[in-house]
Amino acid sequence: MAILQVEHMTHYFGGLRAVHDYNLQIERGQIRGLIGPNGAGKTTIFNLLTGIHRPTEGKITLDGVNIVGLPPHQIASKGLGRTFQNLRLWRHMTVLEHVKQARYSKLGYGLMGAFFGTSRRNQEEAENEQIALDLLDLVGIRHLADHVVTNLPYGAQRKVETARALATEPKILFLDEPTAGMNPEELIEMVRIFRRVHEELGLTIFLIEHRMKVVMELCDMIQTLVFGAVIAEGTPDEIRSNPAVIDAYLGKEVET
Amino acid sequence: MGVTTRTSLRRARGIGQLRGKIGSYFSRVPLLGWLVGALTAVVLEILAGAQLASVLGLPKLPVLFGFDTVLKAPVLIPSTLLYVLLIYILPVAIVARSTATLANRLAAKLFELPMWVSALAHLILLYGILQLWCELSDYRLLLARLILIAIMITLSLNVVNGYMGEFSCSHPGFMALGAYAASVFTVSLFVNDNLFGAAILPAALGPFLFPIGLIFGGIMAAVGAVLVAVPSFRTRGDYLAIISLAFMFIVKSLIENLEVVGGPRGLSSQPNWANLPTVFVWTVLCVWTVNNFVNSTMGKALNAVRDDEIAAEAMTVNTQRTKFVAFLFAAFWAGVAGGLFAHVLRYVNPGTFGIQKLAEVLAMVYFGGLNSVLGSIVGAVGFNLLSEALRPLEIFKWIIIPLLLILTMIFRPTGLIAFRTFDVRNLLRPKGKSEEEGDHGDTTS
Repeated sequence: MAILQVEHMTHYFGGLRAVHDYNLQIERGQIRGLIGPNGAGKTTIFNLLTGIHRPTEGKITLDGVNIVGLPPHQIASKGLGRTFQNLRLWRHMTVLEHVKQARYSKLGYGLMGAFFGTSRRNQEEAENEQIALDLLDLVGIRHLADHVVTNLPYGAQRKVETARALATEPKILFLDEPTAGMNPEELIEMVRIFRRVHEELGLTIFLIEHRMKVVMELCDMIQTLVFGAVIAEGTPDEIRSNPAVIDAYLGKEVET
Repeated sequence: MGVTTRTSLRRARGIGQLRGKIGSYFSRVPLLGWLVGALTAVVLEILAGAQLASVLGLPKLPVLFGFDTVLKAPVLIPSTLLYVLLIYILPVAIVARSTATLANRLAAKLFELPMWVSALAHLILLYGILQLWCELSDYRLLLARLILIAIMITLSLNVVNGYMGEFSCSHPGFMALGAYAASVFTVSLFVNDNLFGAAILPAALGPFLFPIGLIFGGIMAAVGAVLVAVPSFRTRGDYLAIISLAFMFIVKSLIENLEVVGGPRGLSSQPNWANLPTVFVWTVLCVWTVNNFVNSTMGKALNAVRDDEIAAEAMTVNTQRTKFVAFLFAAFWAGVAGGLFAHVLRYVNPGTFGIQKLAEVLAMVYFGGLNSVLGSIVGAVGFNLLSEALRPLEIFKWIIIPLLLILTMIFRPTGLIAFRTFDVRNLLRPKGKSEEEGDHGDTTS
């Protein structure tokens, strides 16, 4: 059974139809891509799926459970982790605190533990710290654990976001333009991290990306979105040779 | 001109070096050492303070480190300075430095025990110092208790305005609710009063049930906080500031019109149970729970909500609950502080909890530093001491204090000690060889 299934999702911002009859079926362990020109509605789809907006119509099921109308934090704790296109980090917090914070829904010590510092709380905090440090190891920024995020270079901030999203223990990881603004070396490293996450943690990934090289290299299946509607869906090769996609997004090579 | 800048530069460097030298001279003194030093100073004042004051020609004992004396009679500046030097500065410095090795050894022993033992030992010492310092005058006793209460209020407001990053103005209202609820509890149960009639329970039980009264006050304040929180936490923005300001005025005029609790004349004859140890214990409890809360992942969620609420939601943080809990928690402590306040002054009237109180509390929070437990303590103590010390200046006090606040805002926009974690463990740590080795390592590398 599909891990995430979206049926006939449509969304209006006032009179503007941002997403039209969107369907998606992600199988466990897949890496899916979503491409399309600016303003096509890619991020809107992410926001709809993660509960920031509620779709006007349509059905979203995660592992067979309907998640439409749930608040974002519940959807996130059910296993929909995400990163943001324009980094949404907490500017006064350290790297380690970021990753630990994403373990919020896994905390079991309750308010009394928080107020009175029970031994259970200390134990859970220590466990979460270990998990967070392991994740920082995974993305290769453990040495930055005690730095405040605002002082870090852009590439490192992206990695913090990735580690933070992973700390929510997602079933599917949503990546919104994870390589935007990165230089070629950082790009290669980022792709390597995603591959590693995919293989080691067996994670399903859904990704928005403008760099065709990254998309074509990583994804099993790609959707192309134009003006809120999917115009093509298929393997990288199919997408590359699809005339509608070339026309709307990829562009033709100049004939000499 | 070049020469003058060079000499002033050299002088500045000289001062810097001097400060560095003094700093390194005392760098090995642990907190325990300083406390022992302070204890010596207050004992010395009790034994020899009065004699020394008369020898130096001071009219009376300088109650507040000599500020009051100096500001009333500037002629006495040299002898007051000498007094402060002989009673406070020199004993503290000498004892702290000379017992450093011993204090370190003791601190290291304590450090190996569970942390609460060490913390408790330090707190008992601190309490002893405070108690002895207050021994010499009732004014000091009153001031110390009011400052401790101010710490509670400042800290609880910092949870909302600093850690959560919302702007709440309702703290005087919460204080009023706490003050009145606790007062009604104690006065109606334990005091023969013309408002509530004869006492129901024997007064001997009182001090034991007093905590219940205070908690009752805190809970009433938290109930008030629900009224503010429900409409204002649905969205972000200035709504909380507006609604909470309105709430403060509503509480004030509500109490003014409630003849049952005395209306605008206020409520008096609270029993004298808010003595120094009681206030001290409650303040420690407040600091302890707030510090625990803001250092837990659950409490840090407040920072996440403040810095980016959408990201916090996406990272599984229940932002609504987080905000609610923190706001109610802050209101609870403001209520408890209000209850203590009423029992320290043994009189409350609604006029106390107005816009001026709000300005005072906000000033303490922003002066001390946002998002910082230590900042709140420093802010409350500093602001209150300053305010008392400058009292002889009368109207000019209200020029100097705002000016200082403006300067703080210019040079340290987030307050004196902002965005710092209050690490008790680090505070109690013995200071000694490890640090020297660290310094050594730095120079070789």
